[in-house]
Amino acid sequence: MVEFKISALKATKPREYLVRFLFGGAATVLAGVIAKHYGATLGGLFLAFPAIFPCSATLIESHEKERKQRIGHDGTNRGRMAASLDAAGAMLGACGLVAFAALLWYFLPHHNAALVIAAATAVWLVVSVALWELRKNRVFGLRVWQRMGSHAAKQLSNR
Amino acid sequence: MTDLIIRFLAGGVVVSVFAMIGDVLRPKSFAGLFSAAPSVALATLTLTIHKEGKPYAAHEAASMLLASIAFIVYAAAASYVLRRWRISALVTTIVTMPIWAGISLALWALTGGRL
Repeated sequence: MVEFKISALKATKPREYLVRFLFGGAATVLAGVIAKHYGATLGGLFLAFPAIFPCSATLIESHEKERKQRIGHDGTNRGRMAASLDAAGAMLGACGLVAFAALLWYFLPHHNAALVIAAATAVWLVVSVALWELRKNRVFGLRVWQRMGSHAAKQLSNR
Repeated sequence: MTDLIIRFLAGGVVVSVFAMIGDVLRPKSFAGLFSAAPSVALATLTLTIHKEGKPYAAHEAASMLLASIAFIVYAAAASYVLRRWRISALVTTIVTMPIWAGISLALWALTGGRL
């Protein structure tokens, strides 16, 4: 069951928001500069640059660790398992990114740009969520949950 | 220079928004989907289309497709390393980053930069 937890925003420190903003801005500038100097084909690679991923995995690890430390546990392993789950989700999100890019590549030259971008974003979301549902229901053989095996992992996956 | 500043601000805002969406979502594996959101692409495409035209942006999207395939492998590798060896997330995501760069460039070279 997917849940929204708005209060989770309070757990992120202002410095962490700033780091993500700077990372995102820098990655976007990098994509533009490389495209300008080396052409669209090489610059285009950086449109799929994992800009948020290292930051989000690190934040998830530290938040989970802090949460466990507040109740007297070490929390290091738990934090890393949480980051592993985030990475597994990112892998599925990246599959959606393939669909996003394919749609833009195919339809952008001959159709309304705003419409194509909106449709591609919707397709990214639909493909990513559909794959996540398939994986959750173990329709295909990525058995991360079983490999992690422990009760703690199951608790993590439900939060 | 103005173009770079606009790109920087747009990139920072879009990446932050997707990151915040990821923050409020549970479970973690679902939130992880937003770690691979098309944030950089959304931040730059409008500017690129406005400046260079739609065919140029479509060329970029073709390369983006290759880098997205590399992202799948990179994220899978990072997930495996974190699960198997329990190394810190920051070290893991940085050490495995060359997987993304290497596969992206290899696919780009194999296709000759044209799909």
